[in-house]
Amino acid sequence: MTIEVEEVSKKTSFVASAWKMHRAKIGFAITIVVVAFALAGPFFAPFTATEFVDMPNTVDVPGTFFGTDFLGQDVWSRFLLGGRSILFLGAMSTIIGVLAGAMLGVIAAYIKGSLNSVIMRTFDIIIAFPGILWALLLVSMLGSSSLLIILATVISTVPRVGRIIYGAAVAVVEKDFVSAATAIGESRFRIVFREVLPNVTSTLLVETNLRFTYSIGGIASLAFLGFTSDPTGANWGTMVQENSSAIILQPWGVVLPVIAIALLTIGTGLIGDAFSRVSAGIDRGRND
Amino acid sequence: MTRGLRVSNLRLNVSASGDDIVDEVQFAIEPGKVLALVGESGSGKTTVGLAVLGHARRGVSIAHGQVHCGDTEVLGLDDDAKRKIRGDLVSYVPQDPASSLNPALRIGVQLLEVLEAHDFGGSNEARKHRLKEMMAEVLLPTDDEYLLRYPHQLSGGQQQRVGLAMAFACRPSVIVLDEPTTGLDVSTQEHVLKTIRQLTMDHGVAALYITHDLAVVADLADDVAVMYAGRIVERGTVRDIFSSPAHPYTKHLVVAAPDIEGKKEIVGLAGRAPSPGKRPVGCSFALRCSLADDVCRGAFPAEVALSTGHVARCIKIGQSQSIGLATPRASRAVESGAVVVELHEVSAGYSGSTVVHDVSLSIRKGECLALVGESGSGKTTVSRAIGGLHREWTGSMSFNGAALQKAARHRSAEARLGIQYVFQNPYGSLNPRRTIGESISRPLAIAGKSKNDSQRAILEVLEKVNLPGSYANKYPDQLSGGERQRVAIARALVSNPQVLVCDEVTSALDVLVQAAIVDLLGDLRKQLGLAMLFVTHNLPLVRSIADEVAVMSEGRIVEIGSAESVIGNPQQEYTKSLITATPSIERSLR
Repeated sequence: MTIEVEEVSKKTSFVASAWKMHRAKIGFAITIVVVAFALAGPFFAPFTATEFVDMPNTVDVPGTFFGTDFLGQDVWSRFLLGGRSILFLGAMSTIIGVLAGAMLGVIAAYIKGSLNSVIMRTFDIIIAFPGILWALLLVSMLGSSSLLIILATVISTVPRVGRIIYGAAVAVVEKDFVSAATAIGESRFRIVFREVLPNVTSTLLVETNLRFTYSIGGIASLAFLGFTSDPTGANWGTMVQENSSAIILQPWGVVLPVIAIALLTIGTGLIGDAFSRVSAGIDRGRND
Repeated sequence: MTRGLRVSNLRLNVSASGDDIVDEVQFAIEPGKVLALVGESGSGKTTVGLAVLGHARRGVSIAHGQVHCGDTEVLGLDDDAKRKIRGDLVSYVPQDPASSLNPALRIGVQLLEVLEAHDFGGSNEARKHRLKEMMAEVLLPTDDEYLLRYPHQLSGGQQQRVGLAMAFACRPSVIVLDEPTTGLDVSTQEHVLKTIRQLTMDHGVAALYITHDLAVVADLADDVAVMYAGRIVERGTVRDIFSSPAHPYTKHLVVAAPDIEGKKEIVGLAGRAPSPGKRPVGCSFALRCSLADDVCRGAFPAEVALSTGHVARCIKIGQSQSIGLATPRASRAVESGAVVVELHEVSAGYSGSTVVHDVSLSIRKGECLALVGESGSGKTTVSRAIGGLHREWTGSMSFNGAALQKAARHRSAEARLGIQYVFQNPYGSLNPRRTIGESISRPLAIAGKSKNDSQRAILEVLEKVNLPGSYANKYPDQLSGGERQRVAIARALVSNPQVLVCDEVTSALDVLVQAAIVDLLGDLRKQLGLAMLFVTHNLPLVRSIADEVAVMSEGRIVEIGSAESVIGNPQQEYTKSLITATPSIERSLR
């Protein structure tokens, strides 16, 4: 009854209306700061990652900000150097995982029947095991190269994204414009990617954000357990693990990377939250 | 103690901007009478209905006004007091019974809830007794087994009766009915309307009946208030409104409504009502009114009394006779030609169960065949099978003599382009992420036409459906429902089809827009010599558009013949019962 009144003014885009929310701006600001540290950090690191600076686990070391870690290396330098890889791996695995998951989800929703069952049940099986288990299995068997870490994260991302997108796409597939496309003889490929997929982009944005947060967490966990592509190099995840035993003497080696990872997940989480609120239509017209 | 409902000087705003959604609304309903509030979507009917219960939707606030239910002024009450009178003094029957009943609760429990919430009768025994009484009043079984059912175990009509029982449970003095029969079949609708009529008379209830269906209004109501862009533009008795409409808008509504009692040339009206915040200073109808002058545009006209109880807000009263009559057009009779589509003993179904049995029909060039029937009669299944969208069927179908494949994908390009399908709901049939131009030109791109050819074709078809070429760059959500349906028709026309399958194409549209679309389809049929299959449940409309009618019931065609003979002189019992159940303005005024 009231559809018409609302919709004419609704033309503001999805991203624009998410941006109106304070939580999106705050989230973006936080994310930018952490990303800036991770990307630009290496240029400002006073020492290299493996340079011996002073006595291990000392806080008050002249010429350093946060003292030395368990091997006597500079905490601040390792912190500045240790963000890049985690960010890169997180971004890569999110992009690949979300794209693959979305494609499989949309295809499963459009093509009913046996292919649907094969895809969805495979998702179920993968989800039945904790993501970290798959990752450990893969990495401990084949070694811990960057590629494998990405692959391990992707494996746990794909079925989760796939299920969500499947749910969103099932509703779109039933719409008349999809039937209309079928009736004019549009190819299945085009129906899936040009008719259905664009109509689940808001869900996809929310998922991308959420999955990025999880990927960072997952990769940091793997690093904490010692699975990184470069064991001696600096890495926020490994730093936490290496310095955790001396946390009373030298807290900074743990605190700095923990803060960075926490801020990154909170920042991207806030952005994702703003997206999901817009797509669900919560707080329309409010700015918080 | 006085009874009845009085609403005066009511205004509701969009909370954020302060723009008026409805303003200067006033009317009164005597006990035992039914006032119909009619108007197009977005005119503010439901907003007024909810305000009678002291409620405003999220984002809407009640600015000022009084609503007297008997002696109680509703809007001045605090939230607790409002909650107490809702369901007790004033109650509400929503549009969709399926979604307003809790699917997880047995109906007996839900009905008892209302009585308990208002502590009706004082004891459980008294309430149980009242429960049976209510069920009997709405003509539902009163046995315990029935009360243990869940809403999904009831038909749509029965669900709406439960809704009515809930609304009448505590013997309210005012009841608001928000399109309670929309979506119900005519025979079910007839029963529900009868029940409403009976209950309001027996218990002296003042009923506000919100609807856009004028035939139902004529059948049920005593008085009518016509709303346009948030204001009541005319009020009067049913006879006043239908026999001597004073406001040009009312006149337009009346001439746009098809009637089953007579073949009527229905006339539409272009444009749409201005939305809140975009309403002009003067008369809001001036933008679409052929009689409007500078005085109209200067200030909103005050109420003019024509006779006792008949008032209209227009300064041109007495000049609206010419509206809708001015264009006697050349006969649309088209020489019908060769058979284009033929169905021979087609049976169709879903995963094994057959819902359509042995349907045979043929559509000739230039002819419009209406396929009518109630929901579940199988008419949409037949039309989807013809369109290549439903694949589970047996029998044979041919297009220009050549057999038709089941799936659209397997059909020849000629058949695919030659048979075009227009969907019921224009809000769902256009991809929201594509511009109008992109949507229209897809069939051409598939057929391998160049971009330039496509551009030219887009402009051509947009002109055919009376839309400006600039619409090619718009997105569906920038268009009104009627405009979207025009786009959907344009998309069908772009491949130069020979057959247009129209599936309930006007059922989601307002009456003026419906008339305009029907008019357009008639013109196109004449110009292009199109064959048309018009699927609908709306019998009056059939009279205004179709040459031939096939009546379907339970998957079979029960009667087929020319529109005049089938509707004017039906032979089958089923057709007869459908026609008598369909409300008619002419019949009601007689």
